[in-house]
Amino acid sequence: MTVLVFTETNDGKLKKASREALTIGRKLGAGDVVAFASDASVAEEAGKFGATKLYVTNVAGYLTEPYTAALAQVIKDTQANVVLFGGTSNGRDLAPRVAARLDAGVASDVDRLEWTDGKLRARRPVYSGKAFATVEVTSNPAIATTRPNAFPAEEAGGGAAEVVNVSADATSRVKLVETKVPEAGELSIAEADIIVSGGRGLKEAANFSYIRDLAHAIGGAVGASRATVDAGWIDHQHQVGQTGRVVSPNVYIAAGVSGAIQHLAGMSSSKHIIAINKDPEAPIFRVADLGVVGDLFQILPELTEEVKKAKAH
Amino acid sequence: MNSVVCISHVPDTESRIKIAAGGKKIDETGLKFIVSPYDEIALEAAVRLKEAKGGDVTVLTFGPDRAQQALREALARGANKAMHVKGESGDADSLGIAKVLAAAIRTIPHDVVFLGKQGVGTDNGLVGPMLAELLGYPQINVVTELEFGEGNVTAHREIEGAEEILETGLPVIVTAQKGLNEPRYAKLQGIMAAKKVAVDAKSISDLGLDESDVLNKRVNVVSIELPAEKTGGRKIDGSDAKAAAAEIVKYIKDEAKAL
Repeated sequence: MTVLVFTETNDGKLKKASREALTIGRKLGAGDVVAFASDASVAEEAGKFGATKLYVTNVAGYLTEPYTAALAQVIKDTQANVVLFGGTSNGRDLAPRVAARLDAGVASDVDRLEWTDGKLRARRPVYSGKAFATVEVTSNPAIATTRPNAFPAEEAGGGAAEVVNVSADATSRVKLVETKVPEAGELSIAEADIIVSGGRGLKEAANFSYIRDLAHAIGGAVGASRATVDAGWIDHQHQVGQTGRVVSPNVYIAAGVSGAIQHLAGMSSSKHIIAINKDPEAPIFRVADLGVVGDLFQILPELTEEVKKAKAH
Repeated sequence: MNSVVCISHVPDTESRIKIAAGGKKIDETGLKFIVSPYDEIALEAAVRLKEAKGGDVTVLTFGPDRAQQALREALARGANKAMHVKGESGDADSLGIAKVLAAAIRTIPHDVVFLGKQGVGTDNGLVGPMLAELLGYPQINVVTELEFGEGNVTAHREIEGAEEILETGLPVIVTAQKGLNEPRYAKLQGIMAAKKVAVDAKSISDLGLDESDVLNKRVNVVSIELPAEKTGGRKIDGSDAKAAAAEIVKYIKDEAKAL
């Protein structure tokens, strides 16, 4: 039995989502863990996370078609029974295309995963976390994409993975013209450990500076409610909720967010939730572990200073 | 230029979800259904393309009888043809749905296939790339900007904290992300015109597919449950901003171990 994990790298290191997928792939106990990557330099790190082999494609930058060809080839060669993808943009782009090529089922965005009686069983949030579905993938291979931050990334202490070169059709009808980084230095809410979110309580676009300052001090990403995105105060990439991103960071700080049902659905699985709101009846307090009834314009600057002090120690 | 827009009929995002008897499905009683919000954006992109370059916009859905409402809504917003493949799409996995849509799309003239980046509710985000593979087309997923040339398209694809500008030929599968456009509301004139369009109704077998390859295949729902009710934690008075800030930092340090 073999578990194959699609991994991605950044500056010669495995992405966090890939480390998480490798870890749960190992913990499934469904068989040997092998990995797919575009950079042979992560062989040692992949080995530490339990991969015995690292299949390395000849196409460096991600493009759907050549990656589908290469990964489908490796799945055939390894006869993988389970294929896991970290739920990144590329993982979510690639998994369904590979699945369709192999007539395989996919459980996407899963936050629990087990291998029982020869079947892959997964739990996944539906209706943006208003409910949870447990599904069984009955195809061979069985495919899943893992939700970022839902699984721990833990090393197992193995030696370097053996590198196996893969050469598959590198043709791509889609050409990458350019990669644009619009807001330099800003963390994405998709993978952030800490998110600081602002809502309508900020009153106007310029006041997102209160959120940005705290996010910057604490090393977190900037989140936003749908109301602020719809009002044009901030780009939709920051939106948390049913029509934005569903997130589960370690710490979620919501300031001036009342907590509409669709926002709560997108963040209530965060591990530690702090809410700051002047309305003591705001629904956000129902999901908050620590609720602060008060004026965000007074509290956020103080909090930013306190965080800076704590970081300096 | 002709396009097909695949849409799904989903519970309103403001809905409270209840579980039906049997524990495997949601209870649809009393739920308001809407066109999935990302599919509305896909539809708007197709209608703008039609306005700029001519051609037809065919809306396509796979779903039970009630899904016809979604087609009427889309016709009222500028689509001019509609196809309804009737069936219990709730029992199909994403690849089953993609197989139905692919078979239907093959019967409709098209240069572009649009859909939302995911159906709101099921939240799989799988059908677009699956459809691209089944039809043998290139895909551009999670698109926030789009420009059509003669026989080609340039699109911005959202990735973590950045975007890629990608270019490809037609036909192509494009999945829409929020930000691509602001979908229009239906006007009375459109609603009246929509009523005159005959919806082309088909069954799964009309498309030459075997139901057993579409329904209850590859992915089975074992159960669906509501999350444990959160009761809310500690609530403190924040009128002393400095004290409140200190309390928050203490919480982040002690409980979340994040500072």
